[in-house]
Amino acid sequence: MIDDTEIGLLLNDVQERYGYDFNMYSKASIFRRVNRLFSLDKFMSFENFRNRIISDNDYFKRFVEEITVNVTEMFRDPLFYKTIREQVLPQLATKPFIRIWHAGCSSGEEVYSMAILLQEANLLKRSLIYATDINPEVLEKAKSGIFPLSYLRQYSENYILSGGRQDFSSYYSANYGSAKFNELLSERMIYSTHNLVSDGSFNEFHLIMCRNVFIYFDKNLQQRVFQLFDSSLETLGYLALGSKETLKFSSISPKYKQIGKEKIWRKIG
Amino acid sequence: MEKDRVIQPCKMLIIGGSAGSLDALLEIFPKLKPSISATIVLVLHRKNSIELMLSELIASKTELPVKEIEDKEVIHKSTIYIVPGDYHLLIEKDDSFSLDFSEKINFSRPSIDVTFESAASIYGPALTCMVLSGANNDGTEGAKIVKENGGIIIAQQPETAIVPFMPESVIKNVEPHFILNIPELIEYINSL
Repeated sequence: MIDDTEIGLLLNDVQERYGYDFNMYSKASIFRRVNRLFSLDKFMSFENFRNRIISDNDYFKRFVEEITVNVTEMFRDPLFYKTIREQVLPQLATKPFIRIWHAGCSSGEEVYSMAILLQEANLLKRSLIYATDINPEVLEKAKSGIFPLSYLRQYSENYILSGGRQDFSSYYSANYGSAKFNELLSERMIYSTHNLVSDGSFNEFHLIMCRNVFIYFDKNLQQRVFQLFDSSLETLGYLALGSKETLKFSSISPKYKQIGKEKIWRKIG
Repeated sequence: MEKDRVIQPCKMLIIGGSAGSLDALLEIFPKLKPSISATIVLVLHRKNSIELMLSELIASKTELPVKEIEDKEVIHKSTIYIVPGDYHLLIEKDDSFSLDFSEKINFSRPSIDVTFESAASIYGPALTCMVLSGANNDGTEGAKIVKENGGIIIAQQPETAIVPFMPESVIKNVEPHFILNIPELIEYINSL
């Protein structure tokens, strides 16, 4: 077991050596993920683990990928997507050009979900989806648009529950246990690394999606990222969070109005 | 040494349950006294379809306040918290909850092991963990760690569980401090 003091040392090393600051992540989550990796990779001592992380760039990539959580799925919370489809996209449709930011997009399943919604609303051609993550490895997966075929049945069910009326299998071609999504969808995506802890705003958006990312941050970092999103969102733009996340307690809350019961807020002030 | 061990009052009771545990809980909750001062956390495996009604169902059976957990929520005493479906629950040092959407553990999210382990590192001997009816062995690994950290482990008496596998696994692998039937579980919780 690696204790809190050792984790503190490790996070300081990582910050000095690589510039990644995990000090404002949820302490409980970091404790669990670091200890999980330590036992997964069968290290004999904390010193071995620490040295490997500091001295081996490739192992550090693995560290980042394992410390951050990269579990995601297509059309997760179908009713959320139904609300995007029915209430948000008709508003975005009034814009000549639509800019969307997926912050913490991981391997891109939700980015492809959004592209499908835009395509079905006939908006994809005049949209750009900026998809960012701290982790360059998962962005490569996202860019490829290739997902394990075994998950597609669940995704297809989610899609139908979200109000999808097309044949879901028309969006991908299946091959050797993988599903590759049409390039028509990925043409309007721009992938880039972005660290919500240290990087600033890079554009003004009509919709920012950041789902199940805040849960891994402590309250102070949550607050900072809310301010970053606020400064990156046009008036009357939308901010969408995960199903158990809220901006209710943040300082930007008075400027925002929730859309129904889903975790979608509109910037009204 | 045993005689030096300070008996700490229980700050948190975590109840882990899977198949068949809701029946036990619906028997237990109506008999709980509002004077319980510990925080009670329910980590239940269930199908997503039951989600909407679970908090309301449990709230209708007890006088204690019942709440589905929100991320970073401050932990209160004398309250029953329910872990939302499809998230793991972690405990923060500053007495708040964090939700987590990482890999399933024991094919489960929420996983009982995850919350037992996280709480063990925060509360040590002030933690009590209970394992009710269920068909897998989620809870066993976590219970080991809770015990190592000085916490109390209680298993539902397998003969009284609709699906005895989960409490049996704890009994076989962890040697719980208590093995209790439903009326005894009620009495124990009311003493916290």
